[in-house]
Amino acid sequence: MVSLWKLYALFFKMGLFTFGGGYAMLPILRKEAVERQKWITEEELLNYYSIGQCTPGIIAVNAASFIGYKLRKIAGLISATLGVISPSIIIIALVAALLRKYMDNQYVQWAFGGIRICVIALIIDVVWNMWQKGVKDVRGYVIFGVAALLLWGFNLSAVAIVILAAAAPFIPVRRRIKR
Amino acid sequence: MIYALLAYEFFKIGLFAVGGGLVTVPFLFDLAEEYAWFSKSELADMIAVSQSTPGPVGINMATYAGFKAAGLGGALVATLSEVLPSMAVIYFVAQALAKWQNNKYVRQILSGIRPAVLALILFAGWDIAKEAIADYKSLAVLLGLLVAMRLFKKSPIYYIAASAVIGLILQL
Repeated sequence: MVSLWKLYALFFKMGLFTFGGGYAMLPILRKEAVERQKWITEEELLNYYSIGQCTPGIIAVNAASFIGYKLRKIAGLISATLGVISPSIIIIALVAALLRKYMDNQYVQWAFGGIRICVIALIIDVVWNMWQKGVKDVRGYVIFGVAALLLWGFNLSAVAIVILAAAAPFIPVRRRIKR
Repeated sequence: MIYALLAYEFFKIGLFAVGGGLVTVPFLFDLAEEYAWFSKSELADMIAVSQSTPGPVGINMATYAGFKAAGLGGALVATLSEVLPSMAVIYFVAQALAKWQNNKYVRQILSGIRPAVLALILFAGWDIAKEAIADYKSLAVLLGLLVAMRLFKKSPIYYIAASAVIGLILQL
């Protein structure tokens, strides 16, 4: 059984290497929780993101809580969540207290120009990796395509997309009638 | 007392902001209007800093806002209060999921959501790309990183570190 300390430490590391929103955490979460530690499967991770999208709060915290709970129940949930928020508290407090001009520094901006591009590449890479587990059949392709259309074309909110997608498997598909 | 007020306000945000970190932004604007903790222009800076410092952006913003309002104690109170509703809700949802995950309908619902979530994730990447991929130089870096990721399958940490150096060299 994984120790609470290790859970805290690993989620601390994941929080530290997340730049951006909860989705930006998915690549490192997949690497650590699915590939390295084998705590959960890819499918479970996608389930957690699906649910974490529609429950209150920050998606990164929701995903951490889910994994923590799966491994060590309530104590694991608390360790994982505290782990993922700890780097923010330390770093933001430092930035706010000491480095007021942090953002204006040209070198910091260049470095983050590079990191931002890396986050995009990581997101494309993680979708590529999870595609097989997430999109298994024709229905999956259609749901992905419609969701993409609604996002890019109509700017529909994420919660609305998730609710529609949840209903999609219940739409009866008429089979081709034999001649 | 400011800590109690912070706890109350950020608990509310954690409870009502559904859909992730950036959804909390309008709530934070309300706080800027209602209290003297930080101004709206300070808030704009806080959002920018939160997006380019380590840590999930929603947590960073809560920490920053709490820090502005009442120092390190404020940062702790605001952040912990904001994540408390999440933890409570996930506690119950995770229990329910463990119990029902083999149920036919639950499995069907989740199988419908998974492809949509992949689209949502790609869209999040697109959102960053709109601003970050400004020229051929940045596009070339993106493609180079993608090729490296497919070839080496290393931890994201290496690519993040390497891309910070690339950013400095190429002045991205």
